[in-house]
Amino acid sequence: MKRAFPVLAIVTAVLLSWGLYQALVVAPTEQTMGDVQRIFYYHVPSAWTAFVLFFVNLIASIIYLASRNAKADALAVAAAEVGVVFCTVVLVTGPIWARPVWGIWWTWDLRLTLTLVLWLIYVSYLMLRRFSTSGQTPLIAAVLAVFGALDVPLVYFSIWFFRTQHPQPVIGGGGSIDPRMLHALLINWLAFSCFATLVCWSRYRLEILRREIDETQALEALLEGGVSGGRR
Amino acid sequence: MSAASLTLATLAKDLRLEWRSKDAINAMLFFALLVVVIFSFSFDPTAEESRHIAGGLVWVAFLFAAVVALNQTWARELRNQVLDAYRVSPAPANALFLAKVLGNFVFVSVLEALMTPLFVVFYNLRALGPAYQLPIVAALGTWALVVNGTFFAAMSLRTRSREIMLPLLLFPISIPALVAMVEATNSILTGEYSARFWVVLLAAYDVLFTMASLFLFETVLHAE
Repeated sequence: MKRAFPVLAIVTAVLLSWGLYQALVVAPTEQTMGDVQRIFYYHVPSAWTAFVLFFVNLIASIIYLASRNAKADALAVAAAEVGVVFCTVVLVTGPIWARPVWGIWWTWDLRLTLTLVLWLIYVSYLMLRRFSTSGQTPLIAAVLAVFGALDVPLVYFSIWFFRTQHPQPVIGGGGSIDPRMLHALLINWLAFSCFATLVCWSRYRLEILRREIDETQALEALLEGGVSGGRR
Repeated sequence: MSAASLTLATLAKDLRLEWRSKDAINAMLFFALLVVVIFSFSFDPTAEESRHIAGGLVWVAFLFAAVVALNQTWARELRNQVLDAYRVSPAPANALFLAKVLGNFVFVSVLEALMTPLFVVFYNLRALGPAYQLPIVAALGTWALVVNGTFFAAMSLRTRSREIMLPLLLFPISIPALVAMVEATNSILTGEYSARFWVVLLAAYDVLFTMASLFLFETVLHAE
């Protein structure tokens, strides 16, 4: 498994540079929006990656609740942290694109609001982990992840109905997409998935190592205490 | 002792404690009063348009005030290791949880009953829609806040600075419930549209999270 890591790193680097080339050079300029539309090749893959990572976090949390497997918890931390980073990228690139195209930075549209609420839930998840004391952190964090997942359909329906009551700026519209644009999007999606896997993987290994060190140090402290106590 | 009588016993104990000290209710009332007064300085409270934002104000005031009661739910049991005694006792954890939720429900409902006249006076409110729906919305909304609030308060017992932690956990998860409460209240106050969808959504929220809390509370209580 460890040998696969550098291979994945090289594949990710190649895919990311190819994706950049595709997005900036190969993909045609959009008719009405112009070059600002190219942010789309980073915005959309980031969103997909963030949602996949939040889903991984949920699955890992459920596995942890069912089996108390410490590795599942390490995966949950890694997925949540990297997911929040990707979700932040989505929330930052969105307004940069929206300002010239819609004329506004932000609108309380269904997808935007849902993404923002998910981001809030996962930031609170990370805060809980950070503030939590002693060894129950994985358990209460896993419980919060389950509550957050239950919340998502309710947020969806509440925002959906809220929007139907209040007038909205008209967004987008149909129209066909140039195959080269789709190509650039898919390449970037693949590159971002590899990148997220890579970062998650290193974060996961870091977490496992950190716990091993903590355990060793605790054990050493215990042994030393026993020895010095014996001398006295 | 059956689970129901255990729930009632714990509830009676909490209500008696609160009746004698009146700590939570006094703090909540004064806090909500301050929110009402401070909000009224930030815009013209008697203008006709403020009817459209009154629902939001009322619920934000109640939400902030409810956190005061929720925070002391379990903190009270930490003194003299009462919570540890609960853990080792064979009593079902859910009976304890339900008693705490019911207790908080009573506290927040009392707060709402006392604060509503003040809102009506200060903001010149009058329901243009069907007013009989307001107590239903209030009950469902209060349950939505206290069931998750009580659960998260138990979770935040195991964190540093838990008084800060509770709202950080509770507010993001409560967003759909808050939207539903605010919109239902606004629809009744303005009489412009039906509150039906929001009441159904609130009820769904209540059922879903009550079940989830009952399912997971024992795990959280016994987490060591």
